Amino acid sequence: MARAVLSESSLKADQLNENITTALIDATDLETKELNDQLMDLMLSGVKKVNIINVCGQRYIGTRLYTPQHLRMEIEIFGTPGNDLAAFLYGHKITVHGNAQDGVGNTMDAGEIIVEGRAGDVLGFSMRGGEIYVRDNCGYRTALHMKEYEGKRPVLVVGDSSQDFLGEYMAGGIVILLDLHDQTHKANFIGTGMHGGVIYLRGSVEPFQVGGQVAISPLDDADRVVLDQYVSRFVERFPEIGKSREEILNSQFVRLTPKSKRPYSNLYAY
Amino acid sequence: MKSFVFPEFQITRDEEKCGQCRGCERQCSFGTHTYDPAADRLISDDYKCAGCQRCVVFCPKNAIVVRPTPSFYRPNASWSREKLDDLKKQAETGGVILTGCGCDKPFRIYWDHIVLNAAQVTNPSIDPLREPMELRTFLGAKPDMMDISAKDGDVEIKTKLSPNLVVQTPILFSAMSYGAISYNAFRSLATAACKLGTYFNTGEGGLPREMREEFGRCAIVQVASGRFGIDAEYLNCGQAVEIKVGQGAKPGIGGHLPGEKVSLAVAETRMIPAGTDAISPAPHHDIYSIEDLSMLIYALKEATNYEKPISVKIAAVHNFAAIASGIVRAGADIIAIDGLRGGTGAAPKVIRDNVGIPIELAISSLDRRLRNEGIRNRCSIIAAGGIRCSSDVIKAIALGADAVYIGSAALIAMGCTLCQKCYTGKCNWGICTQDPRLSGRLNVEIASQRLSNLIFAWSHEISEMLGGMGINALESLRGNRDHLRGVGLYEWELDVLGIKGAGE
Repeated sequence: MARAVLSESSLKADQLNENITTALIDATDLETKELNDQLMDLMLSGVKKVNIINVCGQRYIGTRLYTPQHLRMEIEIFGTPGNDLAAFLYGHKITVHGNAQDGVGNTMDAGEIIVEGRAGDVLGFSMRGGEIYVRDNCGYRTALHMKEYEGKRPVLVVGDSSQDFLGEYMAGGIVILLDLHDQTHKANFIGTGMHGGVIYLRGSVEPFQVGGQVAISPLDDADRVVLDQYVSRFVERFPEIGKSREEILNSQFVRLTPKSKRPYSNLYAY
Repeated sequence: MKSFVFPEFQITRDEEKCGQCRGCERQCSFGTHTYDPAADRLISDDYKCAGCQRCVVFCPKNAIVVRPTPSFYRPNASWSREKLDDLKKQAETGGVILTGCGCDKPFRIYWDHIVLNAAQVTNPSIDPLREPMELRTFLGAKPDMMDISAKDGDVEIKTKLSPNLVVQTPILFSAMSYGAISYNAFRSLATAACKLGTYFNTGEGGLPREMREEFGRCAIVQVASGRFGIDAEYLNCGQAVEIKVGQGAKPGIGGHLPGEKVSLAVAETRMIPAGTDAISPAPHHDIYSIEDLSMLIYALKEATNYEKPISVKIAAVHNFAAIASGIVRAGADIIAIDGLRGGTGAAPKVIRDNVGIPIELAISSLDRRLRNEGIRNRCSIIAAGGIRCSSDVIKAIALGADAVYIGSAALIAMGCTLCQKCYTGKCNWGICTQDPRLSGRLNVEIASQRLSNLIFAWSHEISEMLGGMGINALESLRGNRDHLRGVGLYEWELDVLGIKGAGE
């Protein structure tokens, strides 16, 4: 009951857009559930922005924040959030001032995640919408089974590169790996089972590194437009990388796309 | 290439009865029957017949008979006709043999080797028509201890209780996705579940938006490896969330809903582009351990504000009881186990017919394992895969299940004849198809009535059997193996089932 009353007041706050209030949570000694309880209560009370300090391994930050009236919130995290950051995220914006762990943006629906550092394994798994920007590296199984649907086209931009199984079973969306430190892409099994979406790699990739269902091709003009858009946003979010948009865009890129939308269509006998 | 496989069925038409109405021609989506205007008669192509009996049931003159073909290869105990035919098909196509429904091989059906008890003289039996029988079941975690306080006659429960599903009868509809089955079949299950006070399971194809408000109250929403149609609203509109790890018909492998079945409406519900294959990978790629599973369980609890029980569905395989113990410890509130004979819309035949263990053995070993470890109260067990009648349900409960899922049985109630051609998308009964001409044959009102009738009848039979045993609440039968005896079973089978032989 108390929650219902709070949500009414938050609706009013929604209408007065300039009336943005910022709250602070000190996550020291807070369990995952306690931290997320606080976030939910703040959102329902009309708070639009929350800074969380001393975050150390608390999971699922942002996951709970679903309301039927689609309230939105902006969260800044100082410290290291735990696994499944922003899983099922429903349109919020989360910035991590530090590294993130595994499962960032798991089955994310909409919103934006910015990681000023590196992300762990299964980044952007099954993500269907929204944007994720990771300044440094990411782990294994990145963008697995990412998908898209109508207006929803997820975007993942990573400053350096990823480990093996990048884009496995990928069914939609845009993945961009910038390899800004010219370490070259070392991942194997890229795009195995891929049947939708596109991966752009700055630099190049050897045919043995990609799955049999993947076509490697040079960029065309339409690709350049897409790259320009998201590289610009990446540079905007991470000015500290010390590279300009032009510098990045003027490098060599390759495009990975699926050879077929129906990779298993000839597998069966009736 | 000329196929060397001969037809499975022989169609005979009584020309004297046939009125050339061409009903059979219209009924058959496989194109089996055609009208020859020159001869003014109908011709049947045995090669095309799926054996679904639609034309037989709908022939107004009762003129058609479809039976297994009398043609045969030279009888051979090792090389059965099925083995020869499958081999020929593979030699002709190089493909994996696909099939539908559950395993049809003659593995022992333990239900048919277990008999129930009845009260005689002492502990008199109860007449369910005269006395109340409690079939209501609560599914979800129960506390280890209950702390209560009584003051002025008011009792207050002080222990924080976990969310539970309440079912009025211990029978739920198993996961069948919109996409695998038609919209009308899906909606019929939802309608019947709401009417009966039980639940339907969305399967992994999402829940159409227009159904959420009306049917969310009787929906278990599923999260499978393909993560189709999942957003926060979907997770919150149902009453429980089920993580599908495995399925009895195809343990260890994923699923491919072929692009042909991904119609606009199916695509919208799954939130994928129309016409693309909907691929469910074999594992969840964010779950490689019990710890990872726990992470997803709690992610879903977070996403649903800790208000809904989380179920984990696994296939019954050799070492599943140890895994299930891990699943309970990982935080699952319900474990659904699906046995060898569980059905499917499409599975490789070699998997369907050779992988997994019978559900009867699985229920008993799981219940015993969790009891021995002292964690049985922390989850409920829903058993699935091969439940055919009310006595199967009551035996499952006496072996240790809290409730059962029915899939094939529900489809049969709506008209399915287990022809096993679900994967073609041409179901003449309007169940397993996305062709609007075919799915329109299934009337939601009538189909849901048939489902309601079935569950009502089974519930009444369960009450009768319970009363006969002198028991007036299903709770008293749960895991009560004393009420079961085995007939014609080996010692090891009796041991696994935890029951005595008849007469003992």
